[in-house]
Amino acid sequence: MSVTMNSGMPKGKPLSLRMGRDDFLMRAFVLAISLYLLLSLAFPLYAMLSKAFSTYRFDLSQIEFQVSDQAGAFSGDTVTAKTLNDKLKSISGDDLATSSDGRLSLVPLFPDFSFRSPVHYKIRGTTAETVYLVGSERHVGTDWLEVDSNTFRRVVLRPVQSIGFSNFTEYFSTPSLFESIENSILISLISTVITVSLAFAFAYALNRSCMRFKGVFRLIAMAPILVPSLLPGIALVYLFGNQGMLKEVMMGESIYGPYGIVIGSVFFTFPHAMIIITTALAISDARLYEAAVSLRASAWKTFWTVTIPGARYGLISAAFVVFNLVITDFGLPKVIGGQFNMLAVDIYKQVIGQQNFEMGAVVSVVLLMPAFIAFFVDRQVQKKQVALLSARSVVFDPKPNRKFDRLCFLYCSLIGIFIVGILGVCQFAALIKFWPYDLTLSLKNYNFDRMDGGGWGAYHNSIELAALTAIFGTLVIFIGAYMVDKTRGFRVGRTFFQLLAMLPMAIPGMVLGLAYIFFFNNPANPLNFLYGTMAILVIVTVTHFYTVSHLTAMTALKQMDNEFESVAASLKQPFYKLFARVTVPVCMPAILDIGIYLFVNAMTTVSAVVFLYSTDTTLASVAVLNMDDAGDIAPAAAMGMMIFYTNALARIIHLIISKGILKKTQAWRSR
Amino acid sequence: MALSKKLALAAVASLCMAGNALATDLTVYTAVEAEDLKRYAEEFNKAHPDIHINWVRDSTGVITAKLLAEKNNPQADVIWGLAATSLLLMKSEGMLEPYAPKGVEKLDKKFVDSSTPPTWTGMDAWVASVCFNTIEGKKLGLTAPTSWKDLTKPEYKGHVIMPNPNSSGTGFLDVSSWLQMFGEKGGWEYMDALHENIARYTHSGSKPCKLAAAGEIPIGISFAFRGAKSKADGAPIDIIVPPEGVGWDMEATAIVAGTSKLDAAKTLVDWTISKDANVMYNTGYAVVAYPGVAKPVKFFPDNLTDKMIDNDFEFAANNRKAILEEWQKRYDSKSEPKS
Amino acid sequence: MRTEAAFEKSAEDGHEKAYLRIDNLWKNFGEFIALKDITMSVMEGEFICFLGPSGCGKTTLLRAIAGLDLQATGTIEQAGKDISNLPPAERDFGIVFQSYALFPNLTIEKNVAFGLENTGLAKPAITARVKELLELVGLPDQGKKYPAQLSGGQQQRIALARAIATSPGLLLLDEPLSALDAKVRVHLRHEVKELQRKLGITTVMVTHDQEEALSMADRIVVMNHGVIEQIGTPTDIYREPETLFVADFIGEMNQIAANYTPADGEEKPIVTIGNKSFVCAGAAGLRAGPVIAAIRPEDIIPHREDVGPLITEPENCLTLRIDEMEFLGSFWRTRLSGAELGEVELIADFSINAVRRLSMETGKQQVIEIPSNRLKVFAAKKGAA
Repeated sequence: MSVTMNSGMPKGKPLSLRMGRDDFLMRAFVLAISLYLLLSLAFPLYAMLSKAFSTYRFDLSQIEFQVSDQAGAFSGDTVTAKTLNDKLKSISGDDLATSSDGRLSLVPLFPDFSFRSPVHYKIRGTTAETVYLVGSERHVGTDWLEVDSNTFRRVVLRPVQSIGFSNFTEYFSTPSLFESIENSILISLISTVITVSLAFAFAYALNRSCMRFKGVFRLIAMAPILVPSLLPGIALVYLFGNQGMLKEVMMGESIYGPYGIVIGSVFFTFPHAMIIITTALAISDARLYEAAVSLRASAWKTFWTVTIPGARYGLISAAFVVFNLVITDFGLPKVIGGQFNMLAVDIYKQVIGQQNFEMGAVVSVVLLMPAFIAFFVDRQVQKKQVALLSARSVVFDPKPNRKFDRLCFLYCSLIGIFIVGILGVCQFAALIKFWPYDLTLSLKNYNFDRMDGGGWGAYHNSIELAALTAIFGTLVIFIGAYMVDKTRGFRVGRTFFQLLAMLPMAIPGMVLGLAYIFFFNNPANPLNFLYGTMAILVIVTVTHFYTVSHLTAMTALKQMDNEFESVAASLKQPFYKLFARVTVPVCMPAILDIGIYLFVNAMTTVSAVVFLYSTDTTLASVAVLNMDDAGDIAPAAAMGMMIFYTNALARIIHLIISKGILKKTQAWRSR
Repeated sequence: MALSKKLALAAVASLCMAGNALATDLTVYTAVEAEDLKRYAEEFNKAHPDIHINWVRDSTGVITAKLLAEKNNPQADVIWGLAATSLLLMKSEGMLEPYAPKGVEKLDKKFVDSSTPPTWTGMDAWVASVCFNTIEGKKLGLTAPTSWKDLTKPEYKGHVIMPNPNSSGTGFLDVSSWLQMFGEKGGWEYMDALHENIARYTHSGSKPCKLAAAGEIPIGISFAFRGAKSKADGAPIDIIVPPEGVGWDMEATAIVAGTSKLDAAKTLVDWTISKDANVMYNTGYAVVAYPGVAKPVKFFPDNLTDKMIDNDFEFAANNRKAILEEWQKRYDSKSEPKS
Repeated sequence: MRTEAAFEKSAEDGHEKAYLRIDNLWKNFGEFIALKDITMSVMEGEFICFLGPSGCGKTTLLRAIAGLDLQATGTIEQAGKDISNLPPAERDFGIVFQSYALFPNLTIEKNVAFGLENTGLAKPAITARVKELLELVGLPDQGKKYPAQLSGGQQQRIALARAIATSPGLLLLDEPLSALDAKVRVHLRHEVKELQRKLGITTVMVTHDQEEALSMADRIVVMNHGVIEQIGTPTDIYREPETLFVADFIGEMNQIAANYTPADGEEKPIVTIGNKSFVCAGAAGLRAGPVIAAIRPEDIIPHREDVGPLITEPENCLTLRIDEMEFLGSFWRTRLSGAELGEVELIADFSINAVRRLSMETGKQQVIEIPSNRLKVFAAKKGAA
């Protein structure tokens, strides 16, 4: 008998696995894809963070003067600007903090200065790095320069770079910038409440009524996903602008500002909320309703005690997703926001308008906060929802009720009209020659090559980007998910990878794009050559949409039998054979879903790419933005609708391919 | 071994030949309107077929941001057609190669950088103007404004739109010209009054005129070139040149310091200031750097050249940050303008 | 084919020569110790079952042998080669899982051929081998179908065919029959056993089903809480459980609190239940005092009277009242009690014949004999009296 009762495990180093060829290969893959995420996500974000803390200050001790007498003779006394200012206090500490573009006039240091005076000045830096300008002429270093009084007023000091919090101090002391935080949170909250309520009612009608045309309604509700978020803004201009078709509805209020942003946000976030809530409603347990009926609870009471609690995780999750989408969106407020400042637009204004990259980085950091919070709450809720999903429940089967069904039909029709209306207005506007003065139909607005934004080339680039993103992204994401799921041991590496894969969801596109400038446009970076290419656009888009695709892939992989890898190993077959012959074919539906998801988003995204495109890689979605920016609103609408048709076509093709491939490779599914 | 050596030799040889046979590639950053670029390159290549231009085009703000971001690692060889105020920024960063192009002495002095040798040379001027939609004006019972001061009248409340100087070069040249014309105090007082009438500030400089053309907002502070184009497209607008004087900026050319293709860059810049080039600029711009070349442009207001202020670009560049900060503090928030 | 006895003998003194040797194996999952110092060996051609309740470590041990879960310490040797830390692909085994793990998108043929590809075999050779295997598992005509089109039992046979396709030295079966319904399970037991016998392949099977283990295994390894409780042939395990756990886990057993007096010279070991003393089999090393006495219900022998030629041990006879009778098909289960036993109630299984012959009825008195060699004693559980 071999029972040994000593319970202490022998001390000493535990046995370590001798890795086989597969282990080496798979770990190499995990490392490679981790490296990819490090380079495309972590490092750029780090570069951005350090930019936010990179500050500029005038260093008065860096420059010194000699002042002549009235006759122009110098006594040889040298004095630094700092000494002068310590005495006079004419330049305050606040004035010394500045940005990379700062210039400081030195005249205030000389209270009796007059540009007509015959006094001459000698100037030099105290260090070899001191930079000052005479007019726009740049002077560097410690050589004396003599100027007359008239020229001296044109002398300005340039700042030196250091590290600190002063960018943040400045941000929070600029009322208009600080106000953006308030505005962004307010607008996001209002949009969230409206969208979630509307989407809940819509999902409720789809799930709980026996109304007709459910499929059509579902299809219509999904349409906003296929267009850039700024397209509803353009439609709203045509509907409610000063020359709008329904201008009177606004009763004198301007659509440019909070109203426009909220209506547009409801439009583009509606499908996201609807999908989540529909899922939540679909899993609620019919037995609870039977119980409620047997207890003679009123419909109203049943709704509040059964329906709402059952869908609560879905509602919370939808709310956070919508909040996140609205607060990080930049296209819509730019088009329809008017004077209403929002965080995401501030980044654009700081970077593109003022070339103030540091402040752009600061706003990015601020924008990360609410997005991060929303992200973590959503992750927690998602976990609970999944737990609810796996619990056994009986599917609710609605019974016809003429009054209720008609009400639902009416409501869904209204929502449907809203969505189709927005798209219809855009298409209509695109075909009008010159709104509102010449209403003849024409294709003039499709002559994109005459407009800003890259013309038809931009449209073709977008399709190329979308196709490359779909192919390359699906490849990286699915292989990454497979490796992280199936690699034996290597727990540290896999956990790290999972963390990286979840991160993109919390990073707004604008922030990612800006981070890419800082990281990739650095001459010291060996990856610098990517800057300005199609490749960087593909990389940023894949990274931006990584998380959802990764989760889709993980879900599909988790449904596979865990022992396939063990069987293949016992049969001495390499993992890649199993991957190609079994994993990929079985997961094909999920793989195609990831592909179309990436394609559609690559066509519509503006925020991730707006800082990164170059002349050769202009994009349709950015062209919509730029054409609208230049005042070519009708062509912008036309291009927006081109994106819509392309995405719709891509969806149809996806559907046909899916069906075809399913038939071919998934024959085993049918018995 | 022998074979691979031969291959390597062949590869080197073919590379050299390609270098000789093919044109020199110049990367040129520009903010010139997209539709004009092709024409510019064609005209230039008539004279110099051996230099091929790779355009990198975007709006003034984006190109400026790009150039500044690439400060330590310039990608451009030449800048052809960017606002002089932007080029002054580059200059103060030491990013421009000083060079006196052949024939620079023939240009109007206003259009040449004051340093010797100059770091940039102007091409043409784009001039502020006001676009006024006559149809909407009549509908709303507005009289056409005739001056900058007119725009502050209460009757125009909510009917004026202008670009945000924080994002638009045109917006900034308006603001800087008002400060130069009316003095610092007077300028800000004027803008305080104007702000009461502004419906909103747009991101781009051409949008106000396009919105005026579309009747969305009847009065758009924009630039003359844009107005003339819209009018040519059939928009019911008048282009008003305020008699107090109008701000302007010029499109200019410069060589980026550190370019590896200095000779080709010089050849290009020499051509950009030639008479031929100025004739070419004249198709879109009524005011060009080469005296005596300009012919009137259709729909362009005639008196524009006289009204251009004596613009102090140095003032604009050196005070840019301070002006924008002040502007942002005063106007860039939602609470104040009620349209 | 060797007999059980042959295996038993060779295993006892043949640890050195065993096909599979496991020495001092430990495995932990964090704080939880899943395997404690496991040492055992498997002879070539032998069919071994790891039997125990869920969580006892049997599957962990199997996965350690396969290299799927690496042990913390300890060595595993297969065919004289140390495979302790080899990756699964470099070990020599075929494996069958409870879930079948058939590739759903490949036909039966392709599933079976999966391991034969890239092994230097020509296409026709593979086809021939697949055909042979499918015939071997009795499914020669199903090659073109997909797994989902077969029944569970058929799928498991395919999984078996796939596992043995490459002629591995060791076949590992992880609860292969647990997902099947009872009838198929019983049927397949014999088939698997038959196949194993035919191929002579060394096989280790994990199961929690004692019937399965008893009917299939040459030797059974009973495990509990990460330790091996007993290794032995099915009859050994059943008839001579070495621990109370084994006695309890396999078959049924009356467990009675009792008092023990060890053998002393000529005196036989005695166990006292209530007021009655029985001669028992005794246990080495067990001291006098409270113990658990154990007897299987079917080992209790009924007699017409308490004297007679059929009775071998009169001192182990007593008369009890039949409290309850339950008909279980092939036998009667009865509950017996009597003043002599105190509170204790005995469960005894009697054949239908015996019940009829002795006209047993509820409420009647019945004489029984408890054979001393079937009456086991075990140390009393801690905390119980």
